[in-house]
Amino acid sequence: MIEVQNLKKGFGEKIVINDVSAVMEAGKCNLIIGSSGSGKTVFMKCLVGLFKPDAGKILYHGEDFTTMGDADRKEIRKEIGMLFQGSALFDSLTVEQNIQFPLNMFTDWTLAEKRKRVNEVLDRVELKGANKKFPAEISGGMKKRVGIARAIVLNPKFLFCDEPNSGLDPQTSLVIDKLIKELTLEYDITTVINTHDMNSVMEIGDKIIYMYQGVKEWEGNNKEIIFSKNQRLNDFIFASEFLRDAKDMRMLEQTGKIDENRNMEDMMK
Amino acid sequence: MVETLQQSIERYIVFYATSQQRMKLFTEIGRFLLMLKGMFAKPENSKVYWKEFMHQCADIGIGSLGIVVIISIFMGAVSTLQTAYQLVSPLIPKSSIAQIVRDTVLLEFAPTLVCIVLAGVVGSKIASELGNMRVSEQIDALEIMGINTKTYLVLPKIVAALLVIPMLVVISAALGIWGGRIAGSAAQILSTTDFDKGLLQSFLPYNVFFAMVKAYVFAFIISSVPAYYGYHVKGGALEIGRASTKSVVVSCVLILFADYLLAAILL
Repeated sequence: MIEVQNLKKGFGEKIVINDVSAVMEAGKCNLIIGSSGSGKTVFMKCLVGLFKPDAGKILYHGEDFTTMGDADRKEIRKEIGMLFQGSALFDSLTVEQNIQFPLNMFTDWTLAEKRKRVNEVLDRVELKGANKKFPAEISGGMKKRVGIARAIVLNPKFLFCDEPNSGLDPQTSLVIDKLIKELTLEYDITTVINTHDMNSVMEIGDKIIYMYQGVKEWEGNNKEIIFSKNQRLNDFIFASEFLRDAKDMRMLEQTGKIDENRNMEDMMK
Repeated sequence: MVETLQQSIERYIVFYATSQQRMKLFTEIGRFLLMLKGMFAKPENSKVYWKEFMHQCADIGIGSLGIVVIISIFMGAVSTLQTAYQLVSPLIPKSSIAQIVRDTVLLEFAPTLVCIVLAGVVGSKIASELGNMRVSEQIDALEIMGINTKTYLVLPKIVAALLVIPMLVVISAALGIWGGRIAGSAAQILSTTDFDKGLLQSFLPYNVFFAMVKAYVFAFIISSVPAYYGYHVKGGALEIGRASTKSVVVSCVLILFADYLLAAILL
């Protein structure tokens, strides 16, 4: 579990994160959503320690990550895996070497043990046989899966995913979402996902935090989001007519009525 | 004459701009020193660091060997021909050409010229490699894994350059003199026997020491300055190119400045 208390971060005079508090629960996919420039990425970078917050606390296992010494931070970081928006694979290394890299750095396993573990995680992300390929030789979806494999190779307790579906087709996005969800449950990981992919929100949003201009605007899950009265959230999530119709259908299905601001004629258009 | 309001404003703007530039320079020097300080941390796994160091040695050393060989041979050959062209007096023995070529190659051509070329070859490679890693979040990925990126990415490059570049300078000096010897005999300016005789006349071992001091100082500049610019890139592909160019320009200027300073101090 990660607990964030009154987090603040600014660059110069611009405040990007303003007094955000949240709890990221273990064994759940905790989604941070919001439009571009809402502070999602800065928030995540503060959580993993790439940015130093101006104020507030980030508690890992109840200990404040922002004030702990370098040695303790290193220990926490060994429990963190992260999937980057652009996958951030090392270009000069093969898929196998990329995944093996954290094992080389932090374990004293034999080469055979490392290879076994690499093959296990490659198998888990359904990339068996891609060991010798270079990042430039594989597709975007495969890169994401290699990124996930590298992130989970040391059995992390915390998994961070920065826009895992960006640049992927809807079908591949669903595969990645499913994989992240399964891994979260399988290893009881605290997963934090930055996204503005609405499929992800509805499919794997065990917990959703909506950010608007650096402030936490709404918190709930993928079931509650349908019934949210928050106008900004509704405008963001159900931006298109198609999505508004889908929301009405889901509401109709579950409650027998639709959003009070809309009528059946709107829906039938 | 009373200063008009417009003149005062212009004077203030000029003063403000220069003080801003000065501040930027101090900020950059401060960040550079902090980067160097940050490199000295305990490696997470010395085997991985050793492997990276060896990789950098091969990359910088073997990767630049070809260009160093070509430049050195021609540099020595041209020195012989041009020295012979200028020494027209029959009173000056032919073997003096070898002496002049030897000292020119040792004191200036091998350390300075080769290092300026290496600033382009090695420097741009280091800056663009680190810049690309920064822009594509590979450095962030390493940081999140708990790896000190300055120690892992910058230190092996600087140490490898400090080891390998002086070796390249030694090879360059030897090849330069050899190139001069071949050119002298091919152009029938002086025989190889005369050249060898001249090489041993009034030889000062201190010149070799001076060349090596220069090589170490330049090796540090060639590796650390591009590492600084590459490591701190912000933006995209355009900024990587800019950082790479800037690192080469700054390295070359610093090499020339250090060259003058070392000559003034040590000679």
